[in-house]
Amino acid sequence: MTPFDEMRLGGQARDPYEDYQRWFDRQDPKRLKKKADDAERVFRRTGITFAVYGEQEAAERLIPFDIVPRIISGKEWRRLVQGIEQRVQALNAFLEDIYHRQEILRAGRLPREIISNNEAFLPEMIGVRPPGGVYTHITGVDIVRTGENDFFVLEDNARTPSGVSYMLENRETMMQLFPELFQQVKVLPVEHYPRLLRQSLNAVKPQNCEGAPTVAVLTPGSFNSAYFEHAFLADQMGVELVEGPDLRVVDGHVAMRTTQGYKRIDVLYRRIDDDYLDPLTFRSDSVLGVPGIMDVYRAGNITIANAPGTGISDDKAIYSYMPEIVEFYTGSKAILPNVPTWRCSEPDSLAYVLDHLDELVVKEVHGSGGYGMLVGPAASKKELSAFAAKLRARPKNYIAQPTLSLSTCPIMTGKGLAPRHVDLRPFVLVSDRIRIVPGGLTRVALKKGSLVVNSSQGGGTKDTWVLDD
Amino acid sequence: MLLGRSANGLYWMARYIERAENMARLADTGLRLALTQSNAASDEWASVLTSAGVRDLFEETNDNFDTATVTNFLLRDTDNPSSVLSSIDTARMNARMVRTALTRETWESVNEAWMALHRMLRHRVDEPDLPAVLDAVKRETALIRGAFQGTMLRNEVFDFAQIGTLIERADNTARILDVKYYVLLPSAAWVGSSLDNSQWQTILRSVSALRSYRWTYDGDFNSSKIADFLILNRRMPRSLAFSYRGICDSLDYLADEYGERQPCHELAHARLTRLKSADIADVFDDGLHEFLSDFIRDNAALGNQIAADFRFY
Repeated sequence: MTPFDEMRLGGQARDPYEDYQRWFDRQDPKRLKKKADDAERVFRRTGITFAVYGEQEAAERLIPFDIVPRIISGKEWRRLVQGIEQRVQALNAFLEDIYHRQEILRAGRLPREIISNNEAFLPEMIGVRPPGGVYTHITGVDIVRTGENDFFVLEDNARTPSGVSYMLENRETMMQLFPELFQQVKVLPVEHYPRLLRQSLNAVKPQNCEGAPTVAVLTPGSFNSAYFEHAFLADQMGVELVEGPDLRVVDGHVAMRTTQGYKRIDVLYRRIDDDYLDPLTFRSDSVLGVPGIMDVYRAGNITIANAPGTGISDDKAIYSYMPEIVEFYTGSKAILPNVPTWRCSEPDSLAYVLDHLDELVVKEVHGSGGYGMLVGPAASKKELSAFAAKLRARPKNYIAQPTLSLSTCPIMTGKGLAPRHVDLRPFVLVSDRIRIVPGGLTRVALKKGSLVVNSSQGGGTKDTWVLDD
Repeated sequence: MLLGRSANGLYWMARYIERAENMARLADTGLRLALTQSNAASDEWASVLTSAGVRDLFEETNDNFDTATVTNFLLRDTDNPSSVLSSIDTARMNARMVRTALTRETWESVNEAWMALHRMLRHRVDEPDLPAVLDAVKRETALIRGAFQGTMLRNEVFDFAQIGTLIERADNTARILDVKYYVLLPSAAWVGSSLDNSQWQTILRSVSALRSYRWTYDGDFNSSKIADFLILNRRMPRSLAFSYRGICDSLDYLADEYGERQPCHELAHARLTRLKSADIADVFDDGLHEFLSDFIRDNAALGNQIAADFRFY
């Protein structure tokens, strides 16, 4: 079956791509090729790179950028936004509930052991009320498409979702490369994201913080794969970029060491994992975090974004219950459906998954970044049997999903346009209200037929356009 | 407001950019001597390594003081933390850490220099290509300096980088003079000999000051004038006096901005006052070598005091 192509349908451009197609047909392919090379040079010069874990040299790589935009109509986008807002509201209500009264467990809508046996559940957060009652200040919702009206949520990223700097730089690059194109096609802007993020973080300052809060971005340091993004966001928001050793608890507040002494921080946008946040509470060997920050947090003297313990909401085992969770907290059916998911912890499901391994995608419950997953249809017999052994050994560690026929969008290749599979990660800001910039990160599998879009596995990115129509 | 760690990053970024350039200039000096007087070349290379402060390190892994070995060590050896390649790596690592404090132009000039030097120094450089490569190193660092001076707001960020540049530069000039001090010591036997002239020219060339010296002193090579030029001349941009004038200016701006003077201010000003009031004859009388070793030690101490006063760590 041919996958749904977002640009062309039956040899014709689909509506959202009409203007683009008209422009494209008038372009000289050689000039476009040169533009693509220009784009790579711009990225290298500005140092927009990421590090790939597990490679011998922690070499800095570019995430390949494709010059063909991924276009979404205003109508499609508005529907997505409704679904996304509903979903993040449910995620926050779920987190508030699971760390307080646990009504959803009392109601029997979620098995208790899925919480109690889950490493992502932080007992330290029980009874703690984050400033403003917000848990997932920044959420990346990964969405895939299989047809004209068929969108699914593939996963929620409620811990420290990354990629928003690519959304912004990709747009900036496209506007530099093809300024005339933006006069012919009305695209909604995304460049105000850092401003919205700052507003959003300001709005959930600690209750006893008077005046404008001091905001900082906490990075693990310049060797981290997403360091560019951390620096980029701090810069764009006009706030400090701090590392663990810059911070200490002074007089019951978290403070950063400046050239003039320690200065209090009110809101910390942290880009390190829960485990490393506080060596006194979590991993004692962590030098990335701040000793004692959890005490400051419990005392209500700092906002940590995202709140510690949000991992319990984007856990892949929890994911399979998202339709129930959305309905439980919002009172209505999920607007954006889940991808059907088999929980390998359940014997019937495990049996089915083992029988149909060559058709399924199997993922680690706690994995991310495309590491440790199996794409059944693309795997060899040997890989399948090796994976089956892993599954039998630790069934609880896995979930499985059908191999979706992901939509495609063309990329520019040496031989012209060629369709490749894409997904979409819009970024959602939650605080006094929900803010979503029209767009997101489109990841694209560059290899023909490949379904893996992760940048660590050879995926690229595209500028994502939401049309002003 | 500036993080202590960022001040530290700016300071070392600037020091290592300056160091990369100094290494290229030292290599250039050695190369010229090796070309003109082949018998004394290995002595000259040995003294170049001493000036660079890496002679012991060099001898740990090398025995030959020939052009190919020494230039490779100065340019490409990543076990040598002061080689051009190591310096630009460290400079960029620091720049990357503080990139939000830098203008886009400054960051990109550092990043592009890093890419260009890695490209040029990927393989051993053949001797005939050395002059072009050394020129390219100086050009890349000049581009960084141009972007930095031309686009950076004059604030604390600028001052910490400026202090780093000038501390490194003063250290470098003092070391070059110290290694060559015996040439500058008046000795009846040496005066007027051709070796003498070329040695003096070497000193001037290694701080890119040969032409300025000619302008200032009408080409009269003379030990006390050269020492005066490099130590006390306040208009010579690589002299100790010039460097300290700049360090004091930047420290004073910081004191104004922060409304507070620190121990490092007193140290730097005391040193500047000495440089201003000194007479080169007195320096020679007290011993040039002693003067320079004291200076190098005090210069390093000032760097440490600045790090402590502004909470670099």
